[in-house]
Amino acid sequence: MPRRLWRDGAIVADDWHVTSDGELSDDEALILTFAEWQAERERWLARSGRLGVVLAPADEVERLVPDLARLDLAGADFPGPSEGRGYTQARLLRERFGFTGELRARGAIRRDQVFFLARCGFNSFELPDSELQGAAEALSSFSAAYQPSNDLGLKTKLTRS
Amino acid sequence: MYRYDTIDRALVRERVAQFRDQTRRFLDGEMSEDEFRHLRLRNGLYIQTHAPMLRVAIPYGLLSSAQLRTLASIARRYDRGYGHFTTRQNLQYNWPRLEQVPDILAELAEVEMHAIQTSGNCIRNTTSDHLAGVAADELEDPRPWCEIIRQWSTFHPEFTYLPRKFKIAVTGSPDQDRAATLVHDIGVHIVKGADGERGFRILAGGGLGRTPVIGQVIREFLPRRHLLSYLEAVLRVYNREGRRDNIHKARIKILVRSLGLEEFTRRVEREWQLIKDGRLELEESEVERMRGFFRPPAYRSLPDIEPAAGKHAAFRAWYRYNTVAHKVSGYRAVYISLKKPGVAPGDATDAQLDLIADLADRCSFGEARVTHTQNLVLADVEQGEAFELWRALDEAHLATPNIGTLTDMICCPGLDFCSLANAGSIDVAKLINERFDDYDYMYDLGEIEVKMSGCMNACGHHHVGNIGILGVDKSGEEWYQITIGGAAGAKAALGSVIGPSVPKHEVAESIARLLEVYVDRRREDERFVDTVRRLGVKPFKERVYAATAVA
Repeated sequence: MPRRLWRDGAIVADDWHVTSDGELSDDEALILTFAEWQAERERWLARSGRLGVVLAPADEVERLVPDLARLDLAGADFPGPSEGRGYTQARLLRERFGFTGELRARGAIRRDQVFFLARCGFNSFELPDSELQGAAEALSSFSAAYQPSNDLGLKTKLTRS
Repeated sequence: MYRYDTIDRALVRERVAQFRDQTRRFLDGEMSEDEFRHLRLRNGLYIQTHAPMLRVAIPYGLLSSAQLRTLASIARRYDRGYGHFTTRQNLQYNWPRLEQVPDILAELAEVEMHAIQTSGNCIRNTTSDHLAGVAADELEDPRPWCEIIRQWSTFHPEFTYLPRKFKIAVTGSPDQDRAATLVHDIGVHIVKGADGERGFRILAGGGLGRTPVIGQVIREFLPRRHLLSYLEAVLRVYNREGRRDNIHKARIKILVRSLGLEEFTRRVEREWQLIKDGRLELEESEVERMRGFFRPPAYRSLPDIEPAAGKHAAFRAWYRYNTVAHKVSGYRAVYISLKKPGVAPGDATDAQLDLIADLADRCSFGEARVTHTQNLVLADVEQGEAFELWRALDEAHLATPNIGTLTDMICCPGLDFCSLANAGSIDVAKLINERFDDYDYMYDLGEIEVKMSGCMNACGHHHVGNIGILGVDKSGEEWYQITIGGAAGAKAALGSVIGPSVPKHEVAESIARLLEVYVDRRREDERFVDTVRRLGVKPFKERVYAATAVA
C-alpha cells in the first residue's frame, strides 16, 4: 500500500518516491535529501520525472534557490519534536524565493503542529496514519492570526480582523 | 488596560478547546508523554515535584480587579488557596490537577487571561516596568508597545519551536530600568533619537541561568514603525542559527557570543533589510489605537500632602518604604509587600487576592501590577487615602514595611516545589528573616537587594542581587554559594563569588558578616552595592571566612 499523507485539504496516496524505495523508472517522481541532491545533481537533473528536495534543518535554504525552478516539490525535515528551523525554511521558500510547488513537512510532526506549519506555507504533511483523520480539525484550530504570514497551507489567509 | 475584542476572545477560547483535546488524547493514551510535554509546556503546564505547576501569564504585570478575583477563585477551588508571583510578573499555581487544567484555562479566558507560551521554547510573556505610566522618569508609557509585542508573539507560526525560551522586556525609563531589560534575550528601551523622534534602542543577548550575560546594544536607534520587523529579524537569525545540540548553549546569548556582537548584528541587519518595509511595518494609527487602552485614569486635581504627619510610627515606616512618588500631584504608587517574614516570598492567598481586588477598586482605578521583585503595586492611590489603605493591608499581613530593604528578597520556589532545584530557598529566606528581625537595623542598612535561586537556572536572579544566594547540591546536602556586587537595573552587573559555599545554617550568619563589613566601611549614604564596588570582594570574603567564623 502506498504511503498516505495530507495534502491540500485531503488524505491522498503519496505519488512521490524516495531513493530507498529501490529501483525506480526514470519518469517516476523522486524526492531527494539536499545531501543526495548535491552529491549527484547532474544525474538527477537528467531524469525525466518530477524532482523534489527536502532540506535537513541545518541546510541553508539559500543554497537550494538556484535549483528551485527545476523542482516540483521542496520540503523540510523535522528529525525531532523540538526542531523548528523548518518553519523558517518554509517561510523563506514561499515569501522570499517565491516557491509555488508542493511544500512538504516530514519527520516528527503530528497534527498539533500542522496549523503553524501551514501558516508558514507547508501544504503537505507526512503524518502517521493515526494522525491523518485529525488533520482537518487541526488546520482550523484558530480562526484568526495576530501576525502576517503566507498561510499558503490554509484554505484562507488569516488576519487580525 | 488592554481589553480583548472579539478576535482576542475567539483565539483564547480556541486555545482552550485545542488544549482540552490534547489533554484528553494524552489521558486516553493516544499521545505519548514526550509529545504531550511540548504541548503542555506551551500552555504553562509543568509536571513538578508534588503535582503539575500551572503558570498563568500576566502580560507586562498588569491585572484588573476582576482578574484578581478570578485568580483568587481558582486558587481556592483548584489549588490549595494560594498562588505564587514570579520574577517574570506571572502567577504560578503549585497544586492543580492535570485533568482540571483545561477548566482552569476556560475560567481564565472569561477574564481575558491565559497561560499561552508561559513556558516551552517560544517567546514568553513580555515583561515591563511595574510603574509604567506613573513614573516621573518615564519617556513614554511602554505598555502599548508591550501589547503590540504580545500580539505579534502570540502563536507566531515561525517561532513556536525555537532553540530555547525567549524573553523580551520593555522599559520607558531606560535610565532607571525597573524591568531588568539587561538580563533579557531582547531588551527594548524607548529612547529619543537625534532629531527628537522617539524610537527604540535594542539590546540582545542578556540572560541569567548558568551562563549569566549582560545584554549588549545591537541597535542604538530603531524608528518606531519598525519594531516588529526588527524583532522578527532577530528571532529569525536566532531560530536559524541558535544551537540546538546542547540545551545549555541554546540561548541567544551563546549565539551572540560565538558570532561576536558585530557579526551577530550584521546578520540581523541583513535580514531586517529584506523585511523592514513589509507587512510588519506599524501604522501610526494602530499604535495610537493601542495607546488608547492605556490612557491615564481620571485623576482628581489634588495637592501633594504629607499623610504621614502625626500618624503613628508603623504607618510612617510603611509610607516611607512601601510607597513611591507619582507623576501626578496628590497621588502615590503603593507597594503591597508579599515578603512578610515566615511566608514564602511572592505568595498570596485567595483571601489576600480578593482583598487586593477590593482595594484596587476602592482606591486605584480597579487595577494592580505585579513587580519582577514579586510584590504587587496599586499605582494610583490618592495620598489622602493612604492611611485607610495601610490599615486594610496591615490587617491582611500585606503591609510589611520592607520594600527595597534586606528582607524584600527575590526567591524562587526552590526545592520545596521545583523539580529542577538543588536546594531549598524558601526556608533560607525564613532563616534570614529570623536573623534580621530588627527593623531599625534593616532601615539603617538601606537599599539592598537579596536574590536567591535554588539552582543555577537562576529564576531568583541571584547573579544580579547585591547579595546573591545560589543553592547547590553537595553530595545530597543543601549548600549555598554567595555572590556580592551584582545589580539589576540600568547599571546591571553580575555579582562575584566570595568563596566556597556554606551550609544552610550558616547562610544568615554569613550575610550578617557581609553587612558588618558594610556598616564598618561605608561612607555616609553609600549603598551596600556601592561599598562593594569601591572595596572589592576581599574584605567581605575575609570576614565571612575568618577563622573564628561560624560556630
